[in-house]
Amino acid sequence: MHEMGIAQQLVKIALDAIPKDLKNPRVEIIHLKIGKLASVVEHSLTFCFEIITKDTLLENARLEIDSVPVRVHCRSCDQSWEVTGPVFKCPFCEDGDVEMISGREIEIISLELEETPCVDQPQIDKQ
Amino acid sequence: MEIKIQKRVLEVNETEAEKNRKFFREKNVFVLNMMSSPGSGKTETLFKTLMRLMPKVRVGVIVGDICTTNDADRLVKTGARVIQINTDQFGGDCHLSAPLVMDSARKIGCEDIDLLIVENIGNLVCPAEFDIGEDSRAVVLSVTEGEDKPLKYPLMFRVADVAILNKIDLLPYLDVDRDLAVDNMKKVHPRLPVFEMSAKTEAGYEPWLEWLKIKVFEKTGKGL
Repeated sequence: MHEMGIAQQLVKIALDAIPKDLKNPRVEIIHLKIGKLASVVEHSLTFCFEIITKDTLLENARLEIDSVPVRVHCRSCDQSWEVTGPVFKCPFCEDGDVEMISGREIEIISLELEETPCVDQPQIDKQ
Repeated sequence: MEIKIQKRVLEVNETEAEKNRKFFREKNVFVLNMMSSPGSGKTETLFKTLMRLMPKVRVGVIVGDICTTNDADRLVKTGARVIQINTDQFGGDCHLSAPLVMDSARKIGCEDIDLLIVENIGNLVCPAEFDIGEDSRAVVLSVTEGEDKPLKYPLMFRVADVAILNKIDLLPYLDVDRDLAVDNMKKVHPRLPVFEMSAKTEAGYEPWLEWLKIKVFEKTGKGL
């Protein structure tokens, strides 16, 4: 539901990261890491991203989302495991104190830009 | 050409939340973020809580809603200092963000209060994602919502520090398994303290009030 807000933050970070000295930079891919327990719906994020990047340097850029599994650790018995459903109960000691290790990330990892020369090509004097 | 970034997308909110936390520490105020779906009885729970805590514990309330000042109008009758945030002025947001909470906290003042309660927008998804600089998070689930809500919205129950199972006075009229509702919360968050109560009849209120008073006292040394 708040994907528009996330898309806006994402666009701001991505635009700030584009080097200022590039001529006509064109971003092709934005790599993201999103935890499976983060409240982000991928297609909503993509939809919002497409709307707000119109007429910007990010127009037509593609979001590549790397989904991060939910991993937890039991402080009581020191076991770690991947959670694939909503149950976080420790399967080893039942009443354990369970903490999350991963699965809530919403991170921007990198941008891939189309290869373009940084400066104008020097004119070759044919004479 | 690849440009490495490696940044948290919600970093701006997280930085602001840390500033809020510092502000609340300086003002010596305990902050509770109350979250739930719409209609769980958050405001009534709060109303009765304020009636029983005030004036021994001095309470300020920030109420978040997309529209209307109905909740603030109700709560102000308790004598608490209340301020309403309407997010429709900010795009109809589905959650309260850290900067919005700070604006309201400054308006309330925080100098002579012990407990600041933020009643978040009714929504079991988005508010769980946004840190507002609170000390504890409470989630309210009413028995009319069904036993399986904790399993359907696990993040909310994962991030909560305490849960209230509300409207237990309605149990005789419903096909709801109260124990299963509590069990489902504990499946998502095994050590979550759960208070089963009714905001209408005030059944089961004492343990909840005790929990809250102890939390306020632990941080501020006030209110007991």
